[in-house]
Amino acid sequence: MTAPPVEEIDAVSGVDDPVVQVSHLTLRFGGVTSLSDVSLAVARGEILAVIGPNGAGKTSLFNCLTGVYVGEKGTISFLPRPGEQVPLAGRKPHRITQLGLARTFQNIRLFNALTAIENVKIGVESRQRTGPIGAMLRLPRTRREDRASDARASELLEFVGLRAQANRLAAALSYGEQRRLEIARALATQPALLLLDEPAAGTNPAEKADLERLIRRINTEMGLSVLLIEHDMRLVMSVAARVAVLNFGKLIAAGTPAEVQRNPAVIEAYLGAADPEEGESDAAPG
Amino acid sequence: MSEFANPPASGDGDSGFGPSVRRIVASLTDSDWRRLGGCMFAAVLVALMTGTSGNAQHLTAGVTGSLFRPRIVFFLLIGLALWAVMTAWTRYRDDIRDGLAPARKVQAEVTGNRWVQYGGFVAVLLLAILIPPQLSVFWQQVLVSQIGVFVLLTIGLNVVVGFAGLLDLGYIAFYAIGAYTAAYFTGYPDNKRGHISPLPVHPPFHVNPFFVFPLAVIACLIAGLLLGAPTLRLRGDYLAIVTLGFGEIVRIVINNSESVTNGPRGAFGIPHFSIDVWKLKYHWTLDLMPYWYLLVAIIAIVFVLFRQLENSRVGRAWTAIREDEVAAAATGIPTLKYKLMAFAIGASTSGLAGVIFASEVGFVAPDNFVLINSLLVLVYVIFGGMGSLPGAVAGASFLIWLPNKLRDLVAPQDRFIYFGALLVVMMIFRPQGVFPSRRRAREIGLAEAGSGGADAMAAPGGAL
Ligand SMILES: Nc1ncnc2c1ncn2[C@@H]1O[C@H](COP(=O)(O)OP(=O)(O)OP(=O)(O)O)[C@@H](O)[C@H]1O
Ligand SMILES: [Mg+2]
Repeated sequence: MTAPPVEEIDAVSGVDDPVVQVSHLTLRFGGVTSLSDVSLAVARGEILAVIGPNGAGKTSLFNCLTGVYVGEKGTISFLPRPGEQVPLAGRKPHRITQLGLARTFQNIRLFNALTAIENVKIGVESRQRTGPIGAMLRLPRTRREDRASDARASELLEFVGLRAQANRLAAALSYGEQRRLEIARALATQPALLLLDEPAAGTNPAEKADLERLIRRINTEMGLSVLLIEHDMRLVMSVAARVAVLNFGKLIAAGTPAEVQRNPAVIEAYLGAADPEEGESDAAPG
Repeated sequence: MSEFANPPASGDGDSGFGPSVRRIVASLTDSDWRRLGGCMFAAVLVALMTGTSGNAQHLTAGVTGSLFRPRIVFFLLIGLALWAVMTAWTRYRDDIRDGLAPARKVQAEVTGNRWVQYGGFVAVLLLAILIPPQLSVFWQQVLVSQIGVFVLLTIGLNVVVGFAGLLDLGYIAFYAIGAYTAAYFTGYPDNKRGHISPLPVHPPFHVNPFFVFPLAVIACLIAGLLLGAPTLRLRGDYLAIVTLGFGEIVRIVINNSESVTNGPRGAFGIPHFSIDVWKLKYHWTLDLMPYWYLLVAIIAIVFVLFRQLENSRVGRAWTAIREDEVAAAATGIPTLKYKLMAFAIGASTSGLAGVIFASEVGFVAPDNFVLINSLLVLVYVIFGGMGSLPGAVAGASFLIWLPNKLRDLVAPQDRFIYFGALLVVMMIFRPQGVFPSRRRAREIGLAEAGSGGADAMAAPGGAL
C-alpha cells in the first residue's frame, strides 16, 4: 500500500461557484478528533457524496454545517447566491435552516405523534410569519398562510411519493417511507443545499431505486445542491458527480467516483476498517 | 411464595365450587400473590389512617379503634375486590382492549367531529350559565373563588406544560403578580379625600380593577419574559427547579417587603369591578353570580383563542419542540423564542386569574401563593390530560369539587388521602388523563409501544 500523497488534499479545487465552502475545519471531543483540518466545497447544483468508514466524521461534518456542533478551528461559509458569502460558524441551527441549509438525520428524527402532512407543514411554516396573536384570532393572513402550508405540504408529499400516507402518523410509516418523509420535511424549508445523512440505510432494494430517482429529481427538477452521506456504493456511484472520502476525521481523497475507487489510500482505509456489521455495501469500492 | 402457586390437591375442596376455586388459585402467578399482599397491606393502612387516633390515656386506641372486627373486615373485602379487579385486568387486558376497539373507533370519530365539539362547548357553556344560580351559597362561593379562578390558571399552565412541554413549578407566582398588580393600580395617587389604597405604596394613577386586566397581563408578560429568557435554555428537571425557586422567591419577597406589600397582612380593600364607559354602566358587588358570569365569559374566550392557537403554526411548532427539540431546530423553528412565547402566554393568563381573584375577594396575602398551589394546578393539568383544553377545565373542576364534596362525608384531615389515592389510581390506569389531547395520547401510545418520543421533557439524545 502506498502512503497518501504528500500535498494537502482538499475537495475545494475545481469548484468555481461553491454553494458552501468549508475550510480547515477541526472538531474535537476530548481526546477524539472527529474532524481534522477538513476543507471541502459543494459546487452550486452538484451532488457531492461524502463516504468513509464508521466513525470517520461524516455526521460530525453535517453537525458542524448545521450548527449543532461548533468547530474548534476553521470557517464555513454559505453562498446563497454567487458572490454573497454568509459565515455559518457559531450560528444557531434554526438560523442556518432559515438561511437555506436543510438536513435529514442518520437515525430518523420525525415528529412521531404528528401525521405525515403535519410534519411537512412544520417545515413549510418555518418560512411563514403568523404570530401567536394572529393564530389566536385566526386573522385573514393566518388563514391564507394555513391554506398555503396545506397546499405546499401536499405537493411535497406527492413529490416524494407519500401523498396517500398524508394523514397517517409518522411513526406508523415504514422505514423507507419515514426516510422520504424526512426528506419532504427538509425540502419544505426551501433550502438551497440539502444534506442527506445515509438516506438509504435500512431500506430495501426497491426503495433504494426510488430513492436514487428522488435524489436525482431533487437535484434536477428542484435545482438543489445535495451533500450526501452514504454507505451504499452503488447509490453513491450512480448519483454523485464527485466523492469526498473521510477517514479518522481527515479528508483522504476527493474526485470523481472512478478516481476515488482507484485511490490506494481509500482502498486501504476501507480494508483497514473492515467492519463485519456493515456487510458488502460498505466493502472496499471497486 | 411459589408453593402457594401450586396448592396441594388436598385443599378444602369439600364445598360445591371447590374445584373451580382450586383451579383459579392454581392459575395465580407469583406477581398475583404479591399484589394480593400489597392490597391487604393497603387495606389495613387505610383502615388505620381513617380510623380514630390514640391519645395519652389510650396509647393503642388508634390501632384497636381502627381494627375492630366489622370495620377491618369491610376494608379487607374492599382490598380483596380491588385485587380481583386488578388481577382480572392484567390477565384479560388485551382481550378487553380488542373487544372495545370498534367502540373506541366510533368514539374517536364522534369526539373528533367538529360539530360534536362545538355542541359540547355550547352545552357546557349553557350548563355553566343555567345551573349555578340554583346552587347554595357555599357552592357558588366554591365556583367563583376556587373553580373559576383555578380553571383559568389551569388553562394557562396547560399552554406551558401541555403544549410546549415545559415543566413550570412556580406558576402561581404569576397569579401573585397579577393579584398584586390589581391591588397596586386600584389604589390612589394620594390618601387625600378619604381615599384608601390597598397597599402602602401609591400608583401614579388610579385604575378601576376592570381596566387593570391589560396592566396585569403586561406585568405578567414582562415577568414571564424576564424569568424565561435566562432559564428556558435549561432542560426538563433544571427548568422545574428554577421555576420552583422563582415561585418561592416571589412569595417570600412579597411576604418580607412590609413597606410595599403590607407583608403577611396582605393587601386589603381592593375594590370590586365596575364598568362605567359612556352609556355602559355596571357595578360588581358582593353578589357572586355576576363574578361567575364574568369568569365564564373570560374562560370561554380564552378557551376559544387557545384552541385556535393549538391548531395553528404556533401550536404545531410547540408540538415539534416537545417531540424532538433538535429536529425542530433543524426544521427552522427558533426553539427558545417559541418556549418564551408559551411561558409568557401562560403567565398572562395567570395574571388575569389573579386580577379576578383580588377583586372578588378584595383581599390577597402571600398565603394565597404557596408552593402547593403551583403543584395543584399542575396536578389539574395532568389529571385532565396534558395539552387538552377540555381536560384542563374538567380536571380543575373535578379535583376542586371533590375535596369540597368530601368535606361533609369524611374527616377533614382525611380528605387529601382520598384525593391522593384517586391520583395514584388515575396515573396507573389512565396516565394520559381524563380527556387527553390527541397528540399527547398518541405520544403516550408510542412510548408504550416502545418507539419513544413521548417523554417530552427528556433531553434529546447526545449523539446524532
Ligand atoms: N457528541 C459527541 N461526543 C463525543 N464524541 C463524538 C460525538 N459525536 C461524534 N463523536 C465522535 O466523533 C467521531 C466521528 O463520529 P461521526 O458520527 O461523525 O462518524 P460517522 O462518519 O458519521 O460514522 P457512521 O458511519 O457510523 O455514521 C466518532 O469517533 C465519534 O465517537
Ligand atoms: Mg454518521
